[in-house]
Amino acid sequence: MAKTDGAKRNGARTNGAKATRSNKVVSTRDDRTYDAIVVGGGHNGLTNAAYLAKAGLRTLVLERRPIVGGAAITEELRPGFWFTTFSYALSLLRPDIIHELELTKHGFMPILMPSTFCPMENGDYLMFGQDHGENHQQIARHSKHDADAYDAFNHDVLKVCQAIKPLLDAAPPDIFSDDPEELIALAALGSRFRKLDKKVLHDAVRLLTGSAADFLDDYFESAIVKGYLASASIIGTKVGPYSQGSGLVLLYHLLGEHDGEFGAWAFHKGGNGGFTQVLARAAESFGVEIKLESAVDQVITKNGRATGVALVDGSEYHAPVVVSALDPRRTFMELVDPRELPTDLVDAIRRFRFQGTSAKVNFALDGVPRYPALGDRTDQYRGFTNIGPSMEYLERAFDDAKYGWYSKRPYIDCAVQSLVDPDMAPPGKAVMSCFVQYAPYKLRESDWDTEREGLGDTVQATLESFFPGFGDLVLQREVRTPLDIERTVGLSEGNIFGGEFLAPQMYFFRPAPGWSQYRTPIDGYYQCGSGTHPGGCVMGAPGKLAAGQVLKDRERGRDRGG
Amino acid sequence: MIRTTPFHERTSALNETGLWEHWSNHLVATRYQMSEKFEYFAIRNAAGLFDTSPLYKYRITGPDAERFLGGVLARDPGTCAVGKAQYTLWCDDRGYVIEDGVLLHVAEQEYLLTSAEPNLAYFQALVGSLDVALQDVSAEWGILSVQGPRARDLLTAVAPEAAALGYFDVRRMKVSGVPVIASRTGYTGDLGFEIWVPTEDALKVWDAVWEVSRGQGVIPFGMTALYMARIEAGLILLDVDFHSSRFAWTDADRSTPVELGLGWMFGGLDGRAYIGRDAIRRELEQKTSRWRLTGLVVDWRDYDRIYDEAGLIPPKDHTPVQDEYYVYDDALNQLGYATSQMYSPMLQRHIALARVPLDLAPGSRVKLEAGVRHRYEYFDANVAKLPLFNPPRRTA
Repeated sequence: MAKTDGAKRNGARTNGAKATRSNKVVSTRDDRTYDAIVVGGGHNGLTNAAYLAKAGLRTLVLERRPIVGGAAITEELRPGFWFTTFSYALSLLRPDIIHELELTKHGFMPILMPSTFCPMENGDYLMFGQDHGENHQQIARHSKHDADAYDAFNHDVLKVCQAIKPLLDAAPPDIFSDDPEELIALAALGSRFRKLDKKVLHDAVRLLTGSAADFLDDYFESAIVKGYLASASIIGTKVGPYSQGSGLVLLYHLLGEHDGEFGAWAFHKGGNGGFTQVLARAAESFGVEIKLESAVDQVITKNGRATGVALVDGSEYHAPVVVSALDPRRTFMELVDPRELPTDLVDAIRRFRFQGTSAKVNFALDGVPRYPALGDRTDQYRGFTNIGPSMEYLERAFDDAKYGWYSKRPYIDCAVQSLVDPDMAPPGKAVMSCFVQYAPYKLRESDWDTEREGLGDTVQATLESFFPGFGDLVLQREVRTPLDIERTVGLSEGNIFGGEFLAPQMYFFRPAPGWSQYRTPIDGYYQCGSGTHPGGCVMGAPGKLAAGQVLKDRERGRDRGG
Repeated sequence: MIRTTPFHERTSALNETGLWEHWSNHLVATRYQMSEKFEYFAIRNAAGLFDTSPLYKYRITGPDAERFLGGVLARDPGTCAVGKAQYTLWCDDRGYVIEDGVLLHVAEQEYLLTSAEPNLAYFQALVGSLDVALQDVSAEWGILSVQGPRARDLLTAVAPEAAALGYFDVRRMKVSGVPVIASRTGYTGDLGFEIWVPTEDALKVWDAVWEVSRGQGVIPFGMTALYMARIEAGLILLDVDFHSSRFAWTDADRSTPVELGLGWMFGGLDGRAYIGRDAIRRELEQKTSRWRLTGLVVDWRDYDRIYDEAGLIPPKDHTPVQDEYYVYDDALNQLGYATSQMYSPMLQRHIALARVPLDLAPGSRVKLEAGVRHRYEYFDANVAKLPLFNPPRRTA
């Protein structure tokens, strides 16, 4: 489908230019010409555009949908009930972005989650709050050993996070380049790791390459404690807690640094859609222009250089810099003609694994569910409610997915967001976001249009088993399968990270060897989606780091008199 | 013997932590839940309930009430009509602040005035031959403060007249049949109301407000969350950001209103003869202020760098530190000192209230000391205008 030959679109372009000129008689550039065009108004596209505009570039964001935010949107699907349709919490968002884009001026507000609740299949539970001593006692109800081990685990993991964190805030060095600058960066990276404590480095490698189960088994004996912690090791990735590689996913979810607290997660005011609205306002304050309902069909190239984009409606916009905030498949296989790209890159992108495995089931509720062991209490739901009571539960949920089906007893991460953000539901009512795994993109001998409500029923039945009477509270249910994520948001195969978090797809290799620095083989064409380093979650780092690369290249171009 | 407030029966049932502190010989909750930060977010995001009953409260009545107050208070009470409230302060004859409080003009010839410390004898000594009665009514009223974006909706649900209350308005109204005085005031920098409730009926009013706030994310908040909110809002606290000139040992511990950033109270100098007038006028005319209370915003990059280099994860603790930390220039000559500081969740920065020389305009860079790994480090910070957090709803 992709056409990169600008000549083929000459007619449309000429007409567009003429129409513009007739309106603006004296102008050296028409209103369809920009310094940079960002394709996709998700959080990375907006972040990227904001940085480019802040640096003085006249920047346009083109968003296919009627709202910005990509997968981080909040929608009023029923009057007074606001759903975080897809992405629903923040942690990894880089603090420097908050500061540099002055997000607090535009309403940035991460609301603390004061608790984490882990129901168990036998009716018991594990609950974490804000008090260390109380948490200790909670864990000790299940294992006195683990209560102590929990502190050791946190300390060890925090040390790994401290060591790894700087990698999130810089583009990976290009290990395939002879450029002295890259060699210096690589040496700096090496020397950083050489200075690390042996145990910290070893723990880092064990997490980055091994399974969450192996790591957790070293510390804990209690099934519920391990189940809770291991839940973070499977998010968005087709691995179980016993799979090699789940350690990396676990580490990622512990790497966040939110509202000044390492590893903390929070709900943004108005959900993650509230956050992307803040980001859009900040971007606009720097001069970014955002055009909605403007689906880009292709990037226009001329002599190996990007010169603009053509929209599905035939109109065109021009800029010497085009940044794709879409995933690697769309960036390399759809927006441009793969025939223009080196074969090894095309091969790598073809092999790049998406295989979305997560779904969302969102509920509008007539009230807050009750957990029998806690009577009428509802404060336990003011953070994540983690339905993943043991590693075995999670692994069995994964087993179904291995063979092409959704989990009979899925892992569910629930969030009754209206309890911490009352503006999201009418008084006394509730919205409950449920992240569900596993729901593999490809179903064996069926498809998601057939199975959508089957998944919804499975999730609701699972919730009913933990919260008797849950079904009676349901006013409305919204099921978003990987197929829906792909159709609505555009993420290939519905992968929430824009490509799985697997070692061969990270750092030097994200999204492809030699192309981890946000450039592409086409001059002026860049990538800034979650499929680039450091990856998915609402982190913003790809958007920011890509902007840095664009600006650096412009600077060099100027140096060369370009 | 420690006393309890009129709301204690309810607040004690809600305090899950067992943590209390003493405020004017009353028990008040440090926090109700394990996380004071969550209570703080209730103020900024929904609404929080605060028991502010331990304030000293004075009733000033009589034909000369306004004349009396006009001679005592530095801010002109003549500009506070019936049905209005006024943030005010009183000074000594050298123009140094004694205390601040809120004056409510509840009816003709009738005012209520709050203060943090006892001032009755001081006021009484100033009555002279005026026809005015001063009463300490502290024990007669409980004050329930409702603070946050939902505060007006909640108040309106229990007393529809509250809908019409503008910023610093005061009205008598009824809540659950109980006559109360509601003012559109607070100490959080947010949309908020304070309800003066007769002690004997305090629980009825608490219950009414509690009832309408269920299912809306409204929770009680304690002293720590209050301090967080007030620092962000640039609201000063006695014995932290300033001291009563009556009890200060030296002038270094005394402050003028202008130095505290309250010069706006004297925008149009009125013709009243009030205590401190000449000194305040002289200070304004001759610009003799010694320093200025201002905001500081710590440079986040420098903050992180210093901790990173020390091998530590940069702590970002919202717990207010209401103590002195010194402020320096680049050569480490002391410029002034910070009196309150915290990590602000709304601003995502470490912030402080500080006294700095007058020539340091907003944006000027200073260094703020803090201990890192058992030695002093000096963090870049920028002078910033107060209040640091100032949502439009604050004055709505």
